[in-house]
Amino acid sequence: MMYRLIAPVIGLFFALSVLAAFVSGAYNAITEPAQPTAEKLFHRAPKELKLQSDGWAGTFDRPQVQRGYQIYKEVCKACHSLKYVAFRDLEELGYTPDQVKAEAASWQVPGIDPNTGEANMRPGLPTDYFPSPFANDTAARAANNNAVPPDLSLMAKARHEGPAYIYSLMTGFASQDGYKNDKGQELLKLFPDAKTPQGLHFNPYFANLNLAMPPPLANGTVTFADGSPNDLDSEAKDVAAFLVWTAEPNLEKRHQTGWWFILFLFFATGLGYCAYRNVWADKKH
Amino acid sequence: MADTTGTADPAHIAGSEGEGVRRRDFINIAAVSAAGVGGITLLYPLISQMAPSKDVLAESSTEIDISKIEPGQAIKAIFRKQPLFVRNLTQVEIAEANAVDISTLRDPQTLDERTVEAEKNKKGKENWLITMGVCTHLGCVPLGAGEGEIKGEFGGYFCPCHGSTYDTAARIRKGPAPKNLEVPVYEFTSDTVVKVG
Amino acid sequence: MSFPWANHYNPTNPLMKWMDEKLPLPRLVYNAIGAGYPVPRNLNYFWNFGVLAGFCLVLQIVTGVVLAMHYAPNSTVAFASTEHIMRDVNWGWMLRYAHANGASAFFAVIYVHIFRGFFYGSYKAPREMVWLLGVVIFLLMMATGFMGYVLPWGQMSFWGAKVITGLFGAIPVVGEGLQHWLLGGFAPDDAALNRFFSLHFLLPFVIAGVVILHIWALHIPGSSNPTGVEVKSESDTVPFHPYYTAKDGWGLGVFLIIYCTVVFFMPNQFGHPDNYIPANPLSTPAHIVPEWYFWPFYAILRAFTFDIFFIPAKLMGVMAMFGAILVWFFLPWLDNSPVRSGKYRPMFKWFFGALIVDMAVLFYCGGAPAEEPYVMISQIATAYYFLHFLVLLPLIAAMERPKPLPFSITEAVLGADDAAKLAAKS
Repeated sequence: MMYRLIAPVIGLFFALSVLAAFVSGAYNAITEPAQPTAEKLFHRAPKELKLQSDGWAGTFDRPQVQRGYQIYKEVCKACHSLKYVAFRDLEELGYTPDQVKAEAASWQVPGIDPNTGEANMRPGLPTDYFPSPFANDTAARAANNNAVPPDLSLMAKARHEGPAYIYSLMTGFASQDGYKNDKGQELLKLFPDAKTPQGLHFNPYFANLNLAMPPPLANGTVTFADGSPNDLDSEAKDVAAFLVWTAEPNLEKRHQTGWWFILFLFFATGLGYCAYRNVWADKKH
Repeated sequence: MADTTGTADPAHIAGSEGEGVRRRDFINIAAVSAAGVGGITLLYPLISQMAPSKDVLAESSTEIDISKIEPGQAIKAIFRKQPLFVRNLTQVEIAEANAVDISTLRDPQTLDERTVEAEKNKKGKENWLITMGVCTHLGCVPLGAGEGEIKGEFGGYFCPCHGSTYDTAARIRKGPAPKNLEVPVYEFTSDTVVKVG
Repeated sequence: MSFPWANHYNPTNPLMKWMDEKLPLPRLVYNAIGAGYPVPRNLNYFWNFGVLAGFCLVLQIVTGVVLAMHYAPNSTVAFASTEHIMRDVNWGWMLRYAHANGASAFFAVIYVHIFRGFFYGSYKAPREMVWLLGVVIFLLMMATGFMGYVLPWGQMSFWGAKVITGLFGAIPVVGEGLQHWLLGGFAPDDAALNRFFSLHFLLPFVIAGVVILHIWALHIPGSSNPTGVEVKSESDTVPFHPYYTAKDGWGLGVFLIIYCTVVFFMPNQFGHPDNYIPANPLSTPAHIVPEWYFWPFYAILRAFTFDIFFIPAKLMGVMAMFGAILVWFFLPWLDNSPVRSGKYRPMFKWFFGALIVDMAVLFYCGGAPAEEPYVMISQIATAYYFLHFLVLLPLIAAMERPKPLPFSITEAVLGADDAAKLAAKS
């Protein structure tokens, strides 16, 4: 019978303790209300982006992904690695084995001199993975104003609304002077201390508003052989499409397999339901 | 409709005993069969995942630079994670191999069958003997490709594990191995590069 | 034990007869989940979730064993080996998504199973042992789920491991030593990753063992039912097979449709993007959250922000978080209402509804960043949680006037007329 007494005592102990925490928190909230931060007021959610890979039947727009690859090769690769992707994977983008071989050979990857054992650079093979622009994080940090450019292989899955985030970040660089959010509040008037430090760049789509990367793309940064549009907006979309592919090369197969699974399951479950009705037909429950 | 007895003979409902297959049973059998088909289909990915993965398959061909191999020398390369012997035969070795009466061999093959005719695009480089460095007995690596290694009494390769001896065409001549050293698929992509696999 | 009217296993096939003499395994199955197990005829769809949970356990073990063939538990390659599974292993992407979302499915199913028990009083005598073993299974599942989330060695893996083992650091005197012992170091690294992998592989088999005990204990009194009235006569029950195999079978189909939709069309919905960033001990994610199924308990942990006398807030939080689950062990003795099912308990029903809302609030706050107003809301919700189990349940049991119970399951199903006949007979 003791537990009849102990239980409410323990319950009240926890409840009162947490209510004490509530009272102290509420007191703090009233006496020193939390000040909104610049990030809270001025960070923007990603813009809307539509890609062919979206949705339950999404597929890769191969020409677009190929354009994105060209942008990676001409722009991004200067700072960003793509280390979980191999040259052989490019075959899935519609390149022939010979094209992939030639493409791989046009990249220099770290190797070992077979005669001396010294580290050297050699042309890539299809089995090689995309080489990193920096030997290690320390080298990357030293070359980039103390910021490590992240690996891009999984970028589309490693951020909330990844593809839209990439697109927004590429197109979202802005001048901080006179920058206002949707409520019409002006950043530098509300937060004079939030001025972007030297060497960083203002971008409201980045979590803390300032990032080390300068705007990588502009109108006409790359020229496509087939004459596809190369304004900033199109380039940003192409990069996003490419990074969706690098993050999840099996996306198409996943969608296709999924439909077979769902179709079969509907069929089997339908049969299962009929069998269930059958079995219970003369049994009220 | 509603019964109050609560007994149900499962065979009566799910099975086909007694009155034979009734129409109502058909749907039950169909449902159980569908579940069975689904379950068996799921075995496929579970079994398939153990097969070589894409990165392993991508390494299933290897290119080898043969420009540095002098006649009489051999190198050990790696092909599909296994040793591969690439040997530049001398004229004497070729003659020795051709002198053998192949009807006396355990695994009868001529040198030509193992060199010129084994190539994909037939460039006629009869002095290049390209074989796996895997003894056909129990898979040891035979000696004879490295500088200064014993080549055995027939001048080819000698397996130290159980004494299988191969000749200058890497054919089994003595010892327990049942077959000649395996010749992989290969082709000369240029005068100095051979692509194996 | 079984009811006297249970069907008897009676093999006719000579092979089955031979088998029955040597190893009566078919007999065991027949009596456990076959035609030899009489089950109340009035179970509703909430009773499907036990079988679904069993299915999830098998699913996790099968996909897990297969993934372990490709995964490498070493901090330098764990992340890359996970990507290798996703990109290069045949069907690896499907197996990994099936396993990751299988954990979510398992917890979703188990929460319904637990709350079914809460509402219908399934924990009450004579089924206390079933309930206790169930809580043990839930605790083992939490440990397994947590360690599994660490294995890909992404940012959330690393920081989750750090935060959760850090909880043990709150224990006075031995805390820090215990934390270092758990990790095999000062921070999560190879030692921790290797032992987590080993235990993550082992624990599901321990769970399977306890599940067998759970089902064994259930078969002593037999399944409960929505009326909470015990089985009285043969007309109250139907044999498990084919009645409930058919019902569970099509229920499993519905479950699989939902599960496959997630696996194939929104596989990262229940994960966190930060776990696609390799672990970095030098950079903490902006906001660390565990997997969704821990959110209610994580909210309770974070609700304690105030030192109580000599007890630091952190220790209070840890005690409350573990206490929130341990209190379930005492549930059969806390709620001593003689009526089992919530259906006939008007006052309990309201408070049960409040508990559902409370858990939902805690769930939401646990997934939200640790800032106001979420902390304050979770403090109110935490207070209610403890009051509900430790204060209100005993009080309700003492104060409430339950509605009249049906005489029997048969009466509840077939209506008053037949029941009167039955009552007259008895």
